[in-house]
Amino acid sequence: MNIIEQMEQENMRHDMPDFRPGDTVKVHIRIIEGNKERTQLFQGVVIRRRKGVMGASVTVRKISHGIGVEKTFPLCSPRVDKIELVSEGRVRRSRLYYLRNLRGKAARIREKGIN
Amino acid sequence: MPKKLGLLGKKIGMTRIYSEDGTAVAVTVIETGPCVVLQKKSVAKEGYDAIQVGFGAKRESRLNKPDAGHAKASGKGGFYHIKEFRIADPSQFEVGQAILVSDLFKVGDIIDVSGAVKGRGFQGVIRRHGFKGGPSGHGSMFHRAPGSIGCSAWPSRVIKGKKMPGHMGTNMVTKKSVTIMDIRPEQNVLVVKGGVPGAKQGLLHIYTK
Repeated sequence: MNIIEQMEQENMRHDMPDFRPGDTVKVHIRIIEGNKERTQLFQGVVIRRRKGVMGASVTVRKISHGIGVEKTFPLCSPRVDKIELVSEGRVRRSRLYYLRNLRGKAARIREKGIN
Repeated sequence: MPKKLGLLGKKIGMTRIYSEDGTAVAVTVIETGPCVVLQKKSVAKEGYDAIQVGFGAKRESRLNKPDAGHAKASGKGGFYHIKEFRIADPSQFEVGQAILVSDLFKVGDIIDVSGAVKGRGFQGVIRRHGFKGGPSGHGSMFHRAPGSIGCSAWPSRVIKGKKMPGHMGTNMVTKKSVTIMDIRPEQNVLVVKGGVPGAKQGLLHIYTK
């Protein structure tokens, strides 16, 4: 396993903030259209983090025009320009799939530190 | 017999790399070479042209006397794995020469990789040959059985090669046209696109195209 670990250490990104499920993050996605490149923002709640080094990913959920949208980003992908931590949420589980069944006020997540 | 040169290697495992445009590619990491030339075979002496190479150094105390004698000419000790590669011109190699991964391959090359697939044990026809099987419910009593295996009075035997249950796996399989994604000469490591046959730490034969 040594060579693989070494390869992953060389290629992994160190610029990711420490965020957890329940946190609200802003993901800057690099989008290539033809030969032009622009950055798109996707802000939402982290509902899942998958562990790993090169295979690590994060799923972010937001409500867009009344419709729930989820996007999964590989954390080491060069398409992900950067991830900003907007706010930390207080949740009691690591997979927040229950948010899919909740709407509006019920789908809010308490902020950390506020009781 | 194909006249192809190659190397022996060991499968280390799989990981993922990203291209610049963000495409994720699953890759297999193979530790390969250095393969030491143990013997050169010629049409004049053995009836065919080939080189014999060794891979995976073996401690001297582990060698028996015939193996030690055979490896003596190369002066590089004994090896766990020995294989012949039939090539057109063995004179370009010297006995004792170590063939490195960077000598044969470069990034972007297409190669063939063979290995012994993982053993599956005794398997039925659905897993072994991809038979469809019968319905699971609605009163069906035909689930995973192979069904009829032939006709009756004529030919009154089962034809050869009939697909039946039996032992599956551990056979040599060649994956053809594998792209080399990366080479790390200082670690003797080859990184190829996609999977290759066999378990981690398994022996692989890597052929040039």
